[in-house]
Amino acid sequence: MTDQQQMDLRKDEVEAGTTTGLASPSVDPLSSRQNSLWSDAWGALKRNPLFWIGSVLTALLVVVALFPQLFVRGADPRACDLANSKALPSAQHWFGYDQQGCDYMANVVYGARNSLIIGIFAVVVVLLLGVVVGAIAGYFGGFVDGIMSRIADIFYALPLILGALVLLRVGPTTDIPILNTRGPGAVALALALFGWMTAMRLVRSQVIAVKSSDYVAAARAMGASNSRILIRHILPNAVAPVLVYTTITIGVLIAAEATLTYLGVGLQRPAISWGLQIAAGQDLIRTAPHLVLFPSIVLTLTVMAFILMGDALRDALDPRQRA
Amino acid sequence: MGRYVARRLLLTIPVLLGASILIFAMVFALPGDPIRALGGDRPLSPAVVEVLKERFHLNDPLWIQYWEYLKGLLRGDLGTDFRGRPVLDTIERTLPVTVRLTIVAVLFETIIGIIAGVLAGIRRNSYFDNLVLVSTTIIVSIPILVLAFIAQLLFGLKLGWFPIAGTRDGWFSYVLPGLVLASGSLAYVARLTRTSIAENMRADYVRTARAKGLPRSRVIIRHTLRNSLIPVVTFIGADIGALLGGAIVTETVFNLPGIGREVFDSISSQEGAVVVGIVTLMVFFFIFFNLVVDILYAILDPRIRYD
Repeated sequence: MTDQQQMDLRKDEVEAGTTTGLASPSVDPLSSRQNSLWSDAWGALKRNPLFWIGSVLTALLVVVALFPQLFVRGADPRACDLANSKALPSAQHWFGYDQQGCDYMANVVYGARNSLIIGIFAVVVVLLLGVVVGAIAGYFGGFVDGIMSRIADIFYALPLILGALVLLRVGPTTDIPILNTRGPGAVALALALFGWMTAMRLVRSQVIAVKSSDYVAAARAMGASNSRILIRHILPNAVAPVLVYTTITIGVLIAAEATLTYLGVGLQRPAISWGLQIAAGQDLIRTAPHLVLFPSIVLTLTVMAFILMGDALRDALDPRQRA
Repeated sequence: MGRYVARRLLLTIPVLLGASILIFAMVFALPGDPIRALGGDRPLSPAVVEVLKERFHLNDPLWIQYWEYLKGLLRGDLGTDFRGRPVLDTIERTLPVTVRLTIVAVLFETIIGIIAGVLAGIRRNSYFDNLVLVSTTIIVSIPILVLAFIAQLLFGLKLGWFPIAGTRDGWFSYVLPGLVLASGSLAYVARLTRTSIAENMRADYVRTARAKGLPRSRVIIRHTLRNSLIPVVTFIGADIGALLGGAIVTETVFNLPGIGREVFDSISSQEGAVVVGIVTLMVFFFIFFNLVVDILYAILDPRIRYD
């Protein structure tokens, strides 16, 4: 069956609202077919306005995090004048001033870097833990799988915020590197340690689904080692769902970081962070609501950017959901 | 079925034990000296400190402390905090607040979520369907922290409709925090219902029902909805377990004295016994409701057989 025929079949199926399985390219070993899944996905993404909103927001966020000085209109986040305390937004100072009289826009803009660093660092650790543990559990099965799945269950039963909260309270008194610094690395690590389970389950189920297929048996018959089979033949199947999960999770982790910082265990002053700004603004919510409002809006837009991209990716990569 | 339930119940034991060991080990390392903090400005005499440390097994290694704790737990004794108040009393005092908050949140997510999902699902790509899609995306993107402040600012301070802190107004004080707590799940329920309904609207038995000439309302309510609600009901069931343990932020921002805020305060004041007790309870809720959901699934959907 050529790619064109396959696309026609899929189009027919989508229009008829049925699935025969004939048009499913999921278990074909040819790399040309693999390409067609990704190019199909790109075709669907290009037409999705929500994807473009998400990626433009994300790109903007990355630029802001890299070069915050370009977006503050000459203000310095740490140059403060108490005479301006809690001044409302004006034409010169779009976000007004905070209680110490610092330009608020500069502070909110400089907060992007910490959020993004923590979000990305945490998701990388989540992926490392999730892919390694999930692949081993799914591939070897049996006793190994039993132990690793129970460990994942244990972590899964603890709420993310609660686990990270306790760990970050304890962290500074221990001599575990990174965790005892109270910096972005500690927050990211705490979030990852209580957030890797979904990635693990995702990879595990994908590995179990394909490990008994013919092409894996063929690779084994050719004498390929376990690690080669896992890395070259099995894990590439998990790329699509893991990509969707990763994108959304960056947003979720950024929101969790702001929450932990708000609760007092995340980043500490003098770090510049949206969570700290919201916490400081909370007490002034009646007199200066803009102090809570601006970091909240920017935080929400950041989380939304990743969720929009992730949603669009999911729709594009799973043809069965396309309508 | 019976064997399946028994197997699942047995499997919950290592998870419950593991989670309590994990939290116990972390709390064990909580910074500071809570005994010394008890004395406030006047330092306690070394003899008193020694007696107190002995009583709370603070000089013993981690695994002996955990063993003592486990022995107490099996007798239904969760221990006492450093002021001598039983942890069980603290839970009895704070749990009703969290239960009320959870009930309100579940009502919101069930009623609003299912209605929005059904209306969107029966007419896909309609104006209302797109409205539901866009608004659920926005809702899941707003961190619960931010949503809490928006709700306080808008409905509490600007409009003055609802109280924004404390529990003085009875059930009425739970409306705003309940809505905030429910928001994420509400959006998910709406989406789940929408997808499920839209899928079932194309099913053969729905076509048959329509071909028989049944009125549209009967086709939707009796035929489509009943089948579509199976995943939704199971999600809500599992969500009860999550909501009972996930309300730290909501309870803190809205100043509700529930178990979420109690555990947060106890972490700050290093009341290890309270933290371990409440977190173990939260984990138990989570596991219990997930088990109930799995069994419920088999009852609601006769196609699923576990044996």
